[in-house]
Amino acid sequence: MTPLSQLLPGQFGKLVSLNPDQAVDQRLMALGLLPGMALKLVRRAPLGDPVAIEFGGQVVSLRLAEAESLIVDVAADCPVQRPKNTP
Amino acid sequence: MSSKQITVALVGNPNTGKSTLFNALTGLRQKVGNYPGVTVARKSGRCDCGDGLKVELVDLPGLYSLAAASPDEQVVTDVLLGSLEGSQQPDAIVVVLDVTNLLRNLFLASQLAELNLPLALVLNQADIAHEQGLKIDTQLLSQRLGGVPVVLTSAWKGEGIASVRRAIAEVLNKKTKMTKLIWPSQVESALGTIVQAIQADTGQAPSSADAQRILFSSNAHTSDRLGWSQPQRELIVRQARDQVRSAGYNPMAAEPLIHYAHLRKILEGVIAGGTGKQGNAAALDRVLLHRVIGPILFTGIMLGLFASVFWLAKFPMQWIQSGVDFLKAIIAPALVSTPMLQSLVTDGIIAGVGAFLVFLPQILILFLFIGILEDSGYMARAAFIMDRLFSWCGLNGKSFVPLLSGFACAIPGLLSTRTIEDPKARLATAFAVPFMSCSARFPVYALMCAAFIGPLYGPGWESVVMVGMHCVGLLFAVPTAFVLTRFVLKVKPQPFVLELPRYQMPKPSDVLWRMWQNAAEFVSKAGTVIFAMTIVIWALCYFPRDAQMADRIKAAEPTLSEHEIQSRTQAAMIEQSWMGRFGKAVQPVFDPCGFDWKITVGVLASFPAREVIVSTLGVTYSIGKGAEADSQNLRTAMQEAKWMDGPRKSTPIFSLAAVLALMVFFALCSQCGPTIATLAQETGGWKWAAISFFYMTILAWVMAVVVYQSVIRLI
Repeated sequence: MTPLSQLLPGQFGKLVSLNPDQAVDQRLMALGLLPGMALKLVRRAPLGDPVAIEFGGQVVSLRLAEAESLIVDVAADCPVQRPKNTP
Repeated sequence: MSSKQITVALVGNPNTGKSTLFNALTGLRQKVGNYPGVTVARKSGRCDCGDGLKVELVDLPGLYSLAAASPDEQVVTDVLLGSLEGSQQPDAIVVVLDVTNLLRNLFLASQLAELNLPLALVLNQADIAHEQGLKIDTQLLSQRLGGVPVVLTSAWKGEGIASVRRAIAEVLNKKTKMTKLIWPSQVESALGTIVQAIQADTGQAPSSADAQRILFSSNAHTSDRLGWSQPQRELIVRQARDQVRSAGYNPMAAEPLIHYAHLRKILEGVIAGGTGKQGNAAALDRVLLHRVIGPILFTGIMLGLFASVFWLAKFPMQWIQSGVDFLKAIIAPALVSTPMLQSLVTDGIIAGVGAFLVFLPQILILFLFIGILEDSGYMARAAFIMDRLFSWCGLNGKSFVPLLSGFACAIPGLLSTRTIEDPKARLATAFAVPFMSCSARFPVYALMCAAFIGPLYGPGWESVVMVGMHCVGLLFAVPTAFVLTRFVLKVKPQPFVLELPRYQMPKPSDVLWRMWQNAAEFVSKAGTVIFAMTIVIWALCYFPRDAQMADRIKAAEPTLSEHEIQSRTQAAMIEQSWMGRFGKAVQPVFDPCGFDWKITVGVLASFPAREVIVSTLGVTYSIGKGAEADSQNLRTAMQEAKWMDGPRKSTPIFSLAAVLALMVFFALCSQCGPTIATLAQETGGWKWAAISFFYMTILAWVMAVVVYQSVIRLI
């Protein structure tokens, strides 16, 4: 169980939990980032924050401070290829 | 008439090509306005759907969810429910979806299905899906969704537009509705609890969509709109959410979880193929968002943008200025027999039209850049790169372009704040933009530095002061934004979740059309205000008029040349005009800044446009009209100016302290009518424009006093 902020660029993980009471997490859920979803930390911005994450065939930027509640499991068996569009 | 008009709403996620489709469907028959009370643009246009069927197509702001968390989302929800004042409920909804990310795009469509309106789906960007090898079974999708029309288009290439028109006609004719998902029974009964409670309280049963908003959204927007009375609703909602919890769902996560589970089943077998390749985005991002190369390219792009707005725009601005001067020159002789009318037409009306036309080149050029940056997908990357620099003071990465443009001119800068989605950051950015040292401040600094700093302290200090003055505004803007977002604005900030979309070639017609629309809106809204202000200021400087002034000056000093008499007359006229009298009356207010009445009149007369100070000083120092920052006469006259009376008698008026105080005053003061008018246009009312005006002006005065008083004590 790792907070998203500790993922290295290029590292994959599976979303374990988020905090549905937070506005950021609500926005991400609307985009389809739900528990069990595979995601990848694509890169950090040149100044270290925000970060770009990829899930469900899209890349989204979010601030680490706003995404504290995202917990991922990096040990989980994740598809190494990019998450496909197909459900 | 309007009640019989058929309206169709165009809804979809951002970056789906919705605006391109809207432009293709309506052509140039569009209207742009604002929804009442909010700063959300309302775009609509006539769409011909064949067989004489003409509908009003409304292009709603792009959004990911109906959660009603942001003002955009609230407007869309309200428009679709027909609950927004002055707009009727649409007869049908056309949902635009990015076919390459169908699952996420269908989430919004699935929420829209709950509204019970006839609905059609447009799967756009079919060309990109084709490149990715995706095959979509539109028939199967339509069948699973209750027979709603599903069409594939590529709006960028203009393909499939005719089938969208047919789909609109079909959906209006057959009133097909999209199949709604089946809620788990506990959720269903939770919704029922809310419906019953509201019916008992207000006498009217709310729609199921309203009940869902109350159950699933964290804000009270819907409850407030329905007029559900305060005390009991919290309890009822908590009970209903407990019912959802009993089904094993977190109430705040239930909606997306249930919708997505439902949609995964719907999509089974609908999409085939697909390499899963992201296309160009990943490869280009490796360069454009690279740790080192990314910021370098960013700087280059932004320098290009700034140079264009600052420098390239100067040419058309000069043409407009020469056009205005030319018009004055040919009209003035025709009205020479009626001097008042002559002055009104040339210095009032023509100057007033010129006063807002002169901004158009900068606006057009900036929106050309913004159009290209946004439509190409780079704007989101620019925000990604810059966000860290702005997030700590409550702004975000998208504040950069408006603030940078502000260094050329606040007007295009303010207009470009509409690229910022978060209303709080948008307002704070709009508030900070007028602090940026715009090009109209430059002549003031140039005059003061060349006349005083340079001759007294050498060119080295001259440049130090010049650079310093350009930083003064920034120095105050940043803490202002910080305080504003932290302590003053009570609105909840929107999380900075930003999609980094696929890169795409901007469609020239879309970019040009947006450029034109922004310019037209500026002319019709802010332009009229700027025009009116120019006329008022003209009148204040013109009246009352003493017709014998020239004769009296001639009689007093018969040796004066014709030109000198004219200059003296102009100086005397402004002195006894309302503006001059007012300047003399309020001079004591500016005395602690070291300003005499001539500077005070200059300061007051330049409230509509700060660069006017130079020519006003030219008039009050009897150099005659048309003085420029580099005119030697004006510099000499100012260098020689001395206090006539009082404790500072016969010391120079323009001491170092007064010169610095004057420059700091101009760096901070809100001396720009067009900025105020544009701020009002962009913030949806005069409140923030007035706050900005008084805040900047009082701050300018305070800082001028601080500078003057400390410099005279130190030196």
